[in-house]
Amino acid sequence: MLWDALTLQLGYNATLVAIGATLLGFAAGVTGTFLFLRKRALVSDAISHATLPGVCIAFMVMVALGGDGRNLPGLLAGSALSAWVGLLCINGLTRRTRLAEDAAIGAVLSVFFGFGVVLLTVIQTMGVGRQAGLEGFLLGSTAGMLFADALIIAVGGAATVLLVMILRRPMLMVAFDAEYAAATGVPVHRVDLAMMGLVMAVTVIGLKIVGLILIVALLIIPPVTARFWSDRADRVVLLSGIAGGLAGYLGAAVSASAPNLPTGPIIVLISFALFALSLLLAPARGVLAAVLRHRRFQRRVHVRQGLLALAQGQEVYEPYTRRLLRRAGLMRADGVATEAGRARAAKALRDERRWGLVRADQTHEAAAAQYDGLRDIETVLTRDQIDEIDRRIGPPHEVRA
Amino acid sequence: MSGEEFVPLSLTPLLIGICAAVACALPGNFLLLRRQALIGDAISHVVLPGIVVAFLLTGVISTWPMMLGAAGAAAVAVILIEAIRRLGRIEPGAAMGVVFTTMFAAGVLLLEQTDTSSVHLDVEHALYGNLESLIWLDATGWASLLDPKALAGLPPELPRIAVTLLAVALFIGLFWRPLKISTFDEGFARTIGIRTGALGLALVLVAAISAVAAFDAVGSIIVIAMFICPPAAARMMTNRLEAQIGWSVLFAVLSAVIGYVLAGYGPLWLGWADAVSAAGMIATVSGVILVLAAAFGPCRGRAGAPGTG
Amino acid sequence: MVELAAKQGVRPTDPSVQASPLAIRGLTVSYNQKPAVFSVDMTVQLGSMTAIIGPNGAGKSTLLKAALGIVRPVSGQVTVFGRPLEKQRARIAYVPQRASVDWDFPTRVIDVVLMGLSRELGLLGRVRMRHIAKAMDCLNRVGMHDFADRQIGQLSGGQQQRVFLARALAQDADLYLLDEPFAGVDAATEKAIIAVLKSLKQAGKTVVAVHHDLATVTDYFDHVFLINTRKLAAGPVDEAFTAETLQATYGGRLATAQIDQIAGALG
Repeated sequence: MLWDALTLQLGYNATLVAIGATLLGFAAGVTGTFLFLRKRALVSDAISHATLPGVCIAFMVMVALGGDGRNLPGLLAGSALSAWVGLLCINGLTRRTRLAEDAAIGAVLSVFFGFGVVLLTVIQTMGVGRQAGLEGFLLGSTAGMLFADALIIAVGGAATVLLVMILRRPMLMVAFDAEYAAATGVPVHRVDLAMMGLVMAVTVIGLKIVGLILIVALLIIPPVTARFWSDRADRVVLLSGIAGGLAGYLGAAVSASAPNLPTGPIIVLISFALFALSLLLAPARGVLAAVLRHRRFQRRVHVRQGLLALAQGQEVYEPYTRRLLRRAGLMRADGVATEAGRARAAKALRDERRWGLVRADQTHEAAAAQYDGLRDIETVLTRDQIDEIDRRIGPPHEVRA
Repeated sequence: MSGEEFVPLSLTPLLIGICAAVACALPGNFLLLRRQALIGDAISHVVLPGIVVAFLLTGVISTWPMMLGAAGAAAVAVILIEAIRRLGRIEPGAAMGVVFTTMFAAGVLLLEQTDTSSVHLDVEHALYGNLESLIWLDATGWASLLDPKALAGLPPELPRIAVTLLAVALFIGLFWRPLKISTFDEGFARTIGIRTGALGLALVLVAAISAVAAFDAVGSIIVIAMFICPPAAARMMTNRLEAQIGWSVLFAVLSAVIGYVLAGYGPLWLGWADAVSAAGMIATVSGVILVLAAAFGPCRGRAGAPGTG
Repeated sequence: MVELAAKQGVRPTDPSVQASPLAIRGLTVSYNQKPAVFSVDMTVQLGSMTAIIGPNGAGKSTLLKAALGIVRPVSGQVTVFGRPLEKQRARIAYVPQRASVDWDFPTRVIDVVLMGLSRELGLLGRVRMRHIAKAMDCLNRVGMHDFADRQIGQLSGGQQQRVFLARALAQDADLYLLDEPFAGVDAATEKAIIAVLKSLKQAGKTVVAVHHDLATVTDYFDHVFLINTRKLAAGPVDEAFTAETLQATYGGRLATAQIDQIAGALG
């Protein structure tokens, strides 16, 4: 069953949903990366919650005009409109008042959503039996999706990806350094608005599949996941798109393979699984790698401090330092350096003297900047340069610049 | 309106709404100043998985297991956010987004997987609450307030949220000085021996407790709105923390009262038959108050210069 | 000679450590596996005014924050008047960098100074007239008593710095640690601050400040501590603040002409 779903053999509708979810995931992952790099990830949460009043008003207007309240393009247009108003409110609150952005986000999110709920109850009392389905926008519902709806999602997703590709340079510049971007003539404010417009587009498209509460997960989790794997912004954008698309595809397939597996939550949970794996296992930024690196680093600090103390005939007091030195065979239990310890200590001390000269010498400025107490001098200077310094050191008392 | 009608039908929901609003607004002041306003958003999202897990474990819908489950979920969320933020070196907003959406998704999935059709447990209830239904059937009028028998029939949500409000107020009163100092200048606070890490965690946990207690009665939306809107509006009224707290309490009470009245009677004035969601209306009113404060508040501009908007 | 090597071996019970208001041994602090401060020893003389000097990013503020327990070191020990830091909190006052707090915070000048009395006030102690009087006196000493009721966001940079100093004065400490107290302040403030610091020294207190202006070191301070990740030199100004030690500390980052000028001023 799952295999059938993964290979898109579960019928027409499931296939459409899977394709739509994949495109949506990719578009959301790519768009969300710019938001994440701009450190405004949670703006998407406000945007998505702010769609609710728009959906309700659009429904009421369409019913009042005698049409079908559930017309998807109409509802999406309404949601886009009220999300836009919400966005303007966030901008107004942060620019015109002393409120920080997080407070503005929270205020818009809760007030718009609260107003949306009021409107939902109004619709319930309107006595039209057709409101069923509006609640579906909260958590998404792909069951009984029409071909036309799926087409809208697929086309919308593809259009968003295209727009992101066109706008990616200015958006990256603004996300990296808004002031610099402004200085080079990038219209920062307009780029920001375009970024928000794209986020809004993704939100509106995603309403039907994952719902307004969970769509923000697709905008936030894939970028955070991708960030673990690369330090280059363009790669993060691509990886994030792939992570989002993968989650969308797998989520839609898993959800179609059995009953009671709602699409939205499944997509989010798969997205999170990818994130958790990255958090733990990513080679450079992952937790496991960081823990190992820190332990190694701490050992190096203690050993080096211990060696320098030994070199000057001082006693080593920190218990951890003593333990490390003894374990490495550099020090005896009574605190006296071994043969190997004395050799290493002498080398450490000599390196310190060399560094002292290098750091006081203007011609070695670039090398001196590398100093952090641990770095081996051989990694920043050539053999010849070190020999030259050693000649200048000579006997220890002639330390002169 | 007469006491015979008001006391049984409106007094208790109104009091519960007020207590819930104030219990959330109080810690909200500090969260706002610490740039942690969205913690309330995160906490209120994870309440759902908390109560679902509690239901799965106990098999019954009863208050205490559900409150414990919700509080547990809030604690787990706070710890996860902090862990992801530190371990992954991710900015707090994104870390929050990862955690609360995932936990909410897990809650929805669990709910779909289990047979809860026989019990009253659904997503919508978690979001909107059901303030209107918390009526006091044993009351016959104002005299019932002195009648022990009638008082025994009070909806249990009222004493619960009242006790929570008291506890929150006590916490803030007791730790007023350290809270204020560590919010203003964390480095200095540490040098005079304040355990800023523990205090910050305690504040978030207190916020979580008020969120859970309020959620039980009024749903998630009010919780987020009350954490942020009254303190944010109060911020524009004054440049003193003491006064800001006072304003925020006033705004919270106003939101609850006006919101409840508008939800219950507003539609009647418009000629409609039925009331609308009180929780949603309270959130809406708090937003209107915020907009008014942002437009006219004497201290709405940055750096405290009055009237430079 | 410039002291280049670590000195892990000073016995914690050494009398010089016992008497010192602030003694640091083998301190290493790192951000993201890059030491900002590496294996530093520091012994501050009782009753001295010590300037911590070094180029940007040399670990000056980090050293101070580690001494106060605000950042956690990879290794090393800190003692204050011969006892562990935690037991001596009441004897230390700290003046952080101005930029480290949100000046839009809803509070008045007098409230900030009263924060300096919080150990005295305890958790629930009421602010009484004598506390207010003491806070006003501290404001008076920095020339800010007319601003007691102002919201802190309305102050200029120099005024903010003076309020921070007044808060430290209210703590009645024996050891004052200041992080760049003269950064971005006006000339009047700089004068006012140095006058207060000198009066503290007169009263037998010890002052340690991160300082960035080499030209004023000899006027303001009697001891220096030169750091650039490692400790490069320390001691009385006339011994440790020389062209040679500055060259070792700043390396290529300080023009030779500048060093000659300062050394010339030193005579």
